[in-house]
Parts: sequence; structure tokens; C-alpha cells
Amino acid sequence: MTRYLLRRGGQTLLALLGVSVVVFALIHLVPGDPVRIALGTRFDPETYEALRRRMGLDRPLTVQYLSWLADAVRGDLGVSFRTGRPVTELLLERLPATFTLAAAALTVALVVAVPLGILAALRHGSLVDYVATVASQIGISIPDFWSGIMYILLFSLTLGWLPPSGYVSFAEDPWGWLSHLILPACTVGLVSGSILFRFVRSAVLEAMNRDYVRTAFAKGLSRWQVTVGHVLPNAWIPIVTVVGLQLGFLLGGVVVVEVIFAWPGLGRLALLAVQDRDFTVLQGTVLYLAATFLLVNLLVDLLYARLDPRVRYD
Amino acid sequence: MTERTGSRWAAIGRALLSNRLAAAGILVLTALVVTALVAPIVAPYGINEVDISARLAPPSSSHPFGTDELGRDVFSRVLLASRVSLQVGFVAVGLALMAGVPIGLVSGYRGGWVDTLLMRTMDVLFSFPAILLAIAILAVLGPGIVNAMVAIGVVYTPIFARITRAAVLSEKEQVYVTAAKAVGATDRRILATHVLPNVAAPIIVQTSLSLAFAILSEAALSFLGLGVQPPDPAWGRMLAEARGFLAEAPWMGVFPGLAIVATVMAFNFLGDGLRDALDPRQRSVIESRMGR
Repeated sequence: MTRYLLRRGGQTLLALLGVSVVVFALIHLVPGDPVRIALGTRFDPETYEALRRRMGLDRPLTVQYLSWLADAVRGDLGVSFRTGRPVTELLLERLPATFTLAAAALTVALVVAVPLGILAALRHGSLVDYVATVASQIGISIPDFWSGIMYILLFSLTLGWLPPSGYVSFAEDPWGWLSHLILPACTVGLVSGSILFRFVRSAVLEAMNRDYVRTAFAKGLSRWQVTVGHVLPNAWIPIVTVVGLQLGFLLGGVVVVEVIFAWPGLGRLALLAVQDRDFTVLQGTVLYLAATFLLVNLLVDLLYARLDPRVRYD
Repeated sequence: MTERTGSRWAAIGRALLSNRLAAAGILVLTALVVTALVAPIVAPYGINEVDISARLAPPSSSHPFGTDELGRDVFSRVLLASRVSLQVGFVAVGLALMAGVPIGLVSGYRGGWVDTLLMRTMDVLFSFPAILLAIAILAVLGPGIVNAMVAIGVVYTPIFARITRAAVLSEKEQVYVTAAKAVGATDRRILATHVLPNVAAPIIVQTSLSLAFAILSEAALSFLGLGVQPPDPAWGRMLAEARGFLAEAPWMGVFPGLAIVATVMAFNFLGDGLRDALDPRQRSVIESRMGR
């Protein structure tokens, strides 16, 4: 186990290092001079030189990279070109919204996919199975930014049940928080749920066709006892992997849904940074999100190895 | 294998058509390609034909999908936008194929440090959430249709490299490779004429599935204003424009979205069908979508 842990950890570190190189290269590949962009109309040669030196842009690239990396490791991601505020501060400000949406979407996905997936597998070939499978196929093909707009059209503009967009903190107004959360969480969660459903269904189906299940039936256990005692404990290992991967995606990839619902999360921060050409913020956000994605994947692998005794560690 | 290649493909074709979903996918895609080809001729109005007197008109016989805030015909724009979506999808996936397949071939066949270097590089690209990587690339290159194709192509390169490499790893131990080596064939020749045809099945399946995701990505990027730029119509951009008029003119958002759904679903059905026909062991559409 220790060897496996070290190897997977090493791989993740290596990938992180690669990610940091790509992210650092971002700012240096951008056409146009970041200092000029930062200064905007307040341009004069003296401030230009001073700012260039203060940002360290007069040093060789490798030195710039190493010092940027050293700062980043200590949690210092530089200062926003536009607002002058520390990037880390901007990220921390938006973390709660991103985490809330990811957790809520994952809950929706699990609540929809797990019971339906188990039911569809147990009633393999039935009407329930057929309808749920077709629904999941549709769910996978619908772009979340379109379903999001359609939900707003139906539940906010037509029925008036829920607010169309925005974010309210829980401490401020718990009901407002929930009512703003429902539509974006369902938009993202139903797509993830469609993916998850197919995994749950096939994992349960596979477990049901094993010899030990036949044995369990043969020794006279009821359908319920076999399902709970033998099928599910073996089916949930692959499911954990998919849930983990979905979580990694939810934490980093819901840019468009955040835009639609004016959700103040990290994805929207990245997009605003692109529009403002605020490259330190873009760098910081992309680095943070890719690192989270990698770490979640690492955790999933370790959890998987822990849950499934058959996984070889070396 | 005594079977001739021709009959093998015919068998695959029969298997595809007997799969109802795959057949439906092929039908929709054929209709889509024909639409894209003839759209400029059959579209009742021009892309940017403005008719202020008919602003935000609901669907009617003269405007089957209604009109937008400038009185432009939504039906004509949806038809014409199919060209852009298909074009971006095909070019982007073509780029990913051209980069990913050779990387996978070399990586799997050579092994050793070449393999390690190439695959670790692919891992780095794989570490970014797909849409975020595309946005970051477009931030550097600048928005636009060509850059969107490049960005989507880069995002989907690692998956082709990985799939090709995995297939090559099992294929290179086969006797026919040893035989080709024994008669003095060069590595390049062995890869191109012997290995590639035998690893084609998973690559073909992935191509169909990737087309679905590429079209989704293009729509998302255009929605965010980073893809197709005015005055060209794109389904994603039409959705973005529709957001401002949801209450007055919901049709502006409904029809471009339905076009995206139909296209993506058709490619997914075709991909799943191809997988069943060509390569039953391969993972399905949803698995390749996990790392969206």
C-alpha cells in the first residue's frame, strides 16, 4: 500500500508540476504586454518600468517561473491586474459558492441515479428499466446550458416558483439560499445523474450475474436479502469511482451553468478574468481548479484501492 | 482470417442498421449533413436579413420558428448554423485524431522513455477540466471559430492518444508484427500498414463520440462569446442572445437548443452502435464523458 501511495502521489505531483508549467506559460504566451494591459490608459514610461520591475517581468523566464511556483506553493498567487487585490483572496471569496453548487449537484445526482439505477437493474428489461435508460440517454445529450435556460423559462418566468438567478448566503437567508440553489443544482445534477445512472445500473447488473448470487438464491435467501447482502456490497465499488470523478468535474467544469445563473463561483471568475484580460486571476483560478481536479482523482484512486482488496498496489 | 475486408465492413454496416438507435442516429446525421449542404439554398431568409416590423414574432407559417429581437428568421438561422457546428466538430476532431493517433502509436510501439514522456504530457492536458482548458487556450489565442477548433482539438487529443496506445500495446505482441519485423519492414511501415488497421476499431468509435462532445464544446464556447463571432450564426450564440428575451420570445432559445440535442444524441447513438458492432469490449459513451 505504501508503495502504491507513493507512486500515485508521485504521479500526481508530476502532473501538478506540468500543469503549473502550462499555466505559467499562459501569461507569457498572451499577445500583448501584460504591464501595458494592467496600466491601461494611465500609461507613462516611468510607471511602466516600475511596474514591470515590481511584477518581476525583467528577470529571466526560468527565474520568474521558479519564484512564481515558490509563491504559489505558499498560497500567494499574485495580485489581480484589474483590481489590485490578491488572487488568493478572490479565490477564497468564491470557494463557498462553488462548493455549495458542487455538493448540491452531487446530491441531486445521487438521489436520482442510485435508486433508479438499482431498480432498473433489478427489473432488467421492464418498462421502468426502458424509460429510465432512455431518459438517461437524453440527459447525457442535453447541454446543461440549454436545460438551465429551459428551467428558468419554466420555473421562474412562467410558473414564478423560483428565482431565475443569483446567490444568497445561507447565514443571511436560509430560504433564499435554498431557492437560488435548486435550479442550478438540478441543471448540473441531472446531467451527472444521467451518467451515474448508467454506471449504477451496469454495476448492479454485473454483480447480479455472479455465481455467488446464484448460490445465495439457491440457499433460499429472499430477493431482498440477496440484493442487500450480496449484490449491493459488490456493486458499489465501481460506483464510488464514478462519483469521485463526477465530483472532480463539478468542482471545476461548470463554467457555463455558473454564467447562466449568475452564480458567483470559480468558473465564472475564470471567465470574467478572460473577458477583462486579467491574466493573474485566470492563472490562479485555472491552477487551483486543475489542482483540485488532480487531488480528487488521487483520493478516488486511493479510496478505490482501500475498498477493493483485489486491487494490486504495485 | 479468410474473410475478405469488403464483407467485414458489410457485416458491420448490417449490424449498425439492425441496431434501432444507431440507425436513427445515422438517419438524423444524414439529414443534418444534407441540411448543412443545402441550407444556403433552402433557407427562406438570409442569416442576417433584418425585418424590424416582425421583431420577436412567434412561430407562424412565414416564420416556422419565430423571429429574434432584430426580426431575423430563427428557422433560417438554425439551418445555416448547422454548417458551423458540423464544420467546427469535424475539424476539431480531425485535429485531435491527427495529433493523438500518431502520439499513441509511437508511445505504445516504442515504450520506454518516449512512452513515459508522451503519456505524462497527455496526463497534464488531461488534468484540466475540458471546458476550462478550452477557455484558457482561447484566452491566449483570442476568440474565434478557427481558434475554437484548435482549442477543442487540443482538449480531445489525449483521449485519442490513450486509446490508440492501449490498442497498440496488445497488438504489437501479435505474430504478424514479429513476421513483418523478420522480413525487414521498417517501424514506420509496420505501424502504418499493419498495426494501424488493427487498432482502428476503438479509434473509429471514439471519433463518433468525440464529435458529439466537440459540438457540445463549440456550442458552450460560442455561448460564452469565445467561439463563433457575429455575424455568423451558431447554435450556442443564438442561445446566449435568447437569454435576454426569454420571457417575450422563448422560441429564440428553444429551437437552437433542440438542434444541439438532436445532433449530439445522433452522434452518441451512432458511437454506441459502432461500439457494439466493432468492439463490444470497449467502454461506452458515458465513460468517455466522465472527465468532461
